[in-house]
Amino acid sequence: MTTTGLAGSAIGAGELLGLYERMAVIRRTEKAAHDLFLAGLVKGTTHLAAGHEAVAVGASAALRPDDYVFATYRGHHHAIARGATPEECLAELMSRATGVCKAKGGSMHLTKASAGMLGSYAIVGAHLPLAAGAAWSAKLRGSGQVAVAFFGDGATNIGAFHEALNIAAVWALPVLFVCENNLYMEYTPIGSVTAVANPAADRAPAYAIPAELIDGNDVVVVTEAVSRAAERARSGGGPTVIEARTYRHFGHSRTDPATYRPADEVAEWLRRDPLDIARGRLAEMGVAPEQVAEADERAARLVAEAVAAAKAAPAPDPREAFTDVWADGGSAWRT
Amino acid sequence: MADMSGGAAGAGGAPGGTAAGSAAHAAPAAGAEQAAPAAPAITYREAVSEALARELRRDPAVVCLGEDIGRAGGVFKTTAGLFDEFGPSRIWDTPISEQAILGLAMGAAMTGMRPVAEIMFSDFFAVCWDYLANEIPKMRYMTGGQVTVPLVVRTANGGGLGFGAQHSQAVENWALAIPGLKVVAPSTPADVIGLMASAVRSDDPVVFFEHKGLFASKGPGAPPGHVVPLGQASVARAGTDVTVVGLAATVPMALAAADRLAAEGVSAEVVDLRCLIPLDMASVLESVRKTSRLLIVEENPYQGGWGGTVASIVADEGFELLDAPIRRVAAACVPLPFADALEDEVIPTVEKVLTAARALLAY
Repeated sequence: MTTTGLAGSAIGAGELLGLYERMAVIRRTEKAAHDLFLAGLVKGTTHLAAGHEAVAVGASAALRPDDYVFATYRGHHHAIARGATPEECLAELMSRATGVCKAKGGSMHLTKASAGMLGSYAIVGAHLPLAAGAAWSAKLRGSGQVAVAFFGDGATNIGAFHEALNIAAVWALPVLFVCENNLYMEYTPIGSVTAVANPAADRAPAYAIPAELIDGNDVVVVTEAVSRAAERARSGGGPTVIEARTYRHFGHSRTDPATYRPADEVAEWLRRDPLDIARGRLAEMGVAPEQVAEADERAARLVAEAVAAAKAAPAPDPREAFTDVWADGGSAWRT
Repeated sequence: MADMSGGAAGAGGAPGGTAAGSAAHAAPAAGAEQAAPAAPAITYREAVSEALARELRRDPAVVCLGEDIGRAGGVFKTTAGLFDEFGPSRIWDTPISEQAILGLAMGAAMTGMRPVAEIMFSDFFAVCWDYLANEIPKMRYMTGGQVTVPLVVRTANGGGLGFGAQHSQAVENWALAIPGLKVVAPSTPADVIGLMASAVRSDDPVVFFEHKGLFASKGPGAPPGHVVPLGQASVARAGTDVTVVGLAATVPMALAAADRLAAEGVSAEVVDLRCLIPLDMASVLESVRKTSRLLIVEENPYQGGWGGTVASIVADEGFELLDAPIRRVAAACVPLPFADALEDEVIPTVEKVLTAARALLAY
């Protein structure tokens, strides 16, 4: 596994503090989502990304504002990392009219198209070809944009993963395939259902795609790996597979206490909390603890205000059920 | 895969669409709603490539992808000539990866392109159904209108050519079952061109069924700028005694039956739906108001077929217009068999239409 030391990193203290604050916002938003669920204010299900913050924030820091990001049903962190507000995300989870998708998508489909966050997809692996398609579009238009598909380790065993990697390599598409390997395919250890040790990185050579295996809990490592891959993609070098090892702090979904994970494994990964790692780096860089505390306070305040605003927001107008099917805004199917 | 272009009247790999297009350009521009009577005849197959060529020339955002559509010109030769005219940056040969084909088309459509994806046989929708059922039709809605998916999925649909159970199905009812897809199935070369123009220009996703049994059929071409709006049925033959509603290959079947019925003194009106979504029920109800009898001819299976939807709307909104029960001629509930003699037992034929029409008239 690659570990990049601070020396040689292009990320300065000020930037890193900003990344830390964004991770803190995501962490608190996920905690709020969890609490709101337990309070009965979020229906359906949620797949919380606490523990995965460094992948989203690090990648986002490496991308251009006009690049495209595609995420999975565990995608709150990617929406926020790309610029969706905690308020519009929590409002979506709470079925409010002010939700980022007008309460038509829910937790599993957070999307912020104006920020290049082109969706959260709940059919495993389906969005990898979509990201390849956005990359194909960028190539056709000569825009210099790249597309990134974030996916879990479980997605590496579905056909769309393999179809996407092959065509992306053959067409030399500017696309990054970033696997958030949190070691579990839902409740099952990924190693017990996969023929190779590193489910994404070990498959990449079969498609002649370069792969990097990185520490997904270190935001600096993620930023640097995604920067390298994006630069390669923009210069016509084609796709890259990045497998980022990480760990979720909650279960797979809201009903899952994750008792299948060994206690010592959980403890080890909690010691490697991405926020702690970033704090350690900030201290090494000489950032005062008060500055970090202030970032935490700002994050806490932002999320508390978001919760209050989402709670106060109205439910959607029932007529909204019949809008947005077609481009004309309506849903008429007969003439 | 073998060349399945078949049919003596086929394009034979020649860029017939281009030739027909040149001829059409010389014709006086008509009102762009109906093909000019003088337009030279072209095959349905040639009309597909001509339709695509017109849109590719008109809009640089249009791009085609699919298996064997480029240098090979398509296994049915429906993209013949496109690679030569537009080159590899517009016409993309893909691997046999139907999920990638539709996924790439969707991703490109979401980011400024207007892709036209080919799925070689409509039976293969089953291997990329996630994109047609879960991804493409839902994206706009799930995001509260943030995302537009302007793409066309073309596919060769239907039986009658002896391709067996996995290459012969009429599956337009599969697409009809999915909210968020527009569904088109033309019966004539001019409609192929006019409806393709609307499909490519639509900001909504469109599934475009090209009927394999019609590829070799001929009809008038289309004048320049010919556009047929989605959701407008056409009266293919006017009549007063019975309404026969058809789609794609069942339209010429209904017309052949109407000829025979005329010899028996019966005036049949044939309504070509042209689209299933939007579904032009106003035209069907107007015809039934005139004839009081309705026969629906569909190639997809009876159970779950589109005729069930048409019949239920007429029963609901046009009950008092009817002098007889609504009848449906549709495929039987068996997989498509290989032998001609068996396939004819399963799918609609002119004889079956005649039998049903006569029974309806005698009711």
